[in-house]
Amino acid sequence: MSRVTATGVSVAYGGRTAVDGVDLSVAAGEWVALIGPNGAGKTSLLRAIAGTIPHTGEVMIDGVAAASLPRRRAARLVAMVPQQPVLPDGMTVLDYVLLGRTPHLGYLAAESSTDVAIARESMARLDAADLGGRRLGELSGGEHQRVVLARALAQQSAVLLLDEPTAALDVGHGQQVLDLVDELRRERGMSVIAAVHDLTLAAQYADRLALMDGGRIVSEGSPRAVLTEDAIARFSGARVSILTGPGGEVVVVPRR
Amino acid sequence: MVAGAFTLLVGALAAGVLIGPASLAPKRVILEILGRMPLIDLESGLDARGAAIVWELRLPRALLGALVGATLSVAGGAYQGVFRNPLADPYLLGVAAGAGLGATLVIVTAGAGAAIVPIAAFAGAIAAVVAAYGLGAAAGGRRSGATLILAGVAVAAFLTAAQTFVQQRNADSIREVYSWILGRLGTAGWSEVVMMTPYAVISIVVILFHRRLLDVLAVGEEEARALGVRPERVRAAVVVAATLGTAGAVAVSGLIGFVGIVVPHTVRLLVGASYRLILPLSVAGGAAFMVLADLVARSALGPAEIPIGVVTAFIGGPFFLIVLRTSRRSP
Repeated sequence: MSRVTATGVSVAYGGRTAVDGVDLSVAAGEWVALIGPNGAGKTSLLRAIAGTIPHTGEVMIDGVAAASLPRRRAARLVAMVPQQPVLPDGMTVLDYVLLGRTPHLGYLAAESSTDVAIARESMARLDAADLGGRRLGELSGGEHQRVVLARALAQQSAVLLLDEPTAALDVGHGQQVLDLVDELRRERGMSVIAAVHDLTLAAQYADRLALMDGGRIVSEGSPRAVLTEDAIARFSGARVSILTGPGGEVVVVPRR
Repeated sequence: MVAGAFTLLVGALAAGVLIGPASLAPKRVILEILGRMPLIDLESGLDARGAAIVWELRLPRALLGALVGATLSVAGGAYQGVFRNPLADPYLLGVAAGAGLGATLVIVTAGAGAAIVPIAAFAGAIAAVVAAYGLGAAAGGRRSGATLILAGVAVAAFLTAAQTFVQQRNADSIREVYSWILGRLGTAGWSEVVMMTPYAVISIVVILFHRRLLDVLAVGEEEARALGVRPERVRAAVVVAATLGTAGAVAVSGLIGFVGIVVPHTVRLLVGASYRLILPLSVAGGAAFMVLADLVARSALGPAEIPIGVVTAFIGGPFFLIVLRTSRRSP
């Protein structure tokens, strides 16, 4: 059974349609990358799956309609790393990562030592263990990204939604983050849906790509099937060459 | 840190009880108070007048100051959290204007001494917030706090205009209205303390229970939702609690400004941005601040009293600039 099934999902902002009847199914432990030009609807689709914005159509998580779940239960199933998370300057990193435990706590409960241990473990996974006492306002862009991801890991959800997880990172840190996500989804059988700009990274990490344009998924399948020079020229207006790397991986190179 | 704040509070309460125009030996005052504790039998040696000063004047006044200060501070911190706005104070949604109108109407018709003044102020405060909340929700503000703040501004402006109008038409009672608006802790006996206690307790307890959720709201409404929280529900619970407490405080002590901004921000500067710490420390710090401010209000100019709202704003205004300066420098 698939972990996430979106059926006819549409999102509109004040009459403008951002996502237009998308069907998407993601298996447990599968990694699907959403690609496509700016404004294609990738972020809105992720927000609809996370259930944080009004949408029509249905999102099922493990066979249950997400909209019918109490907010807290839905958040135990789906964690979201937004592209531009809100980072309150004065909050310490540990306090921030602990927010990820929110869906596991009663409405008015306080965190237990177990929650603190889980938060610290998530930070350790992301090389952020020694950041605990620092304030968010003092961190670099790369540290921010790792801390936000640590918060999502502490949420221990079955589905992880990532919106441009590597946009703020240099190549090395970007790979490190994606490697870690890959490791975790294998360990925990976590499903990953990520909007990714970098087509080469998308092709190398995702099992499946979904190319979006104008709010619809226009092409879906293995990286090699979706990433054709024609499709990219048509939907992204980019001139690229699709090459094969030394390990047989897909490489997308811009061409002048 | 918490221990420090409560030591400060105990010290402030002690100062509030020990210092006053009538010179009573501190040792006797302490013995007098301890002697009234259950299971303790002590003879203070104070005469009946001295005992009355301690029991009917100083102690209830210090306690009332502590209750009002704690409530206004924690309510201010709660509003700042729930609206993610550092300038939010307990009067944000029109509490002050509503209470002002209610009190003014009663003072001009029945006189300043009327027992109904606090009740009218309380009713006015609650009515103003209900109106702001209703208008904000009607305008789509249930989802975002910003609309609610704007509705509060509109309601406050309207009610303040009405209050000013009533006040100008009844120029002979301007003085009473004015002194009520500036705030005072003048109390004789325990009736105000008894009146304020349930509002203070309910408001402080409910807000403290929500302190972790206010941290969740700090990451914005959408991310809070993604973390399994319904921001509108948290906001409603916290606003109701903070409004009840503020309305109670306004009813017994008038409009005491700046406490709700100064205290939570000071605490924030000392311990960081987590409401898990800011709110409990604001309770203790706010209580201590108000007791000390009242001490200044009633002793700085000899037998005459400075309205406590003047004292808190006099300290609060410059302090607020320092807060702004410091927070600019270290983001």
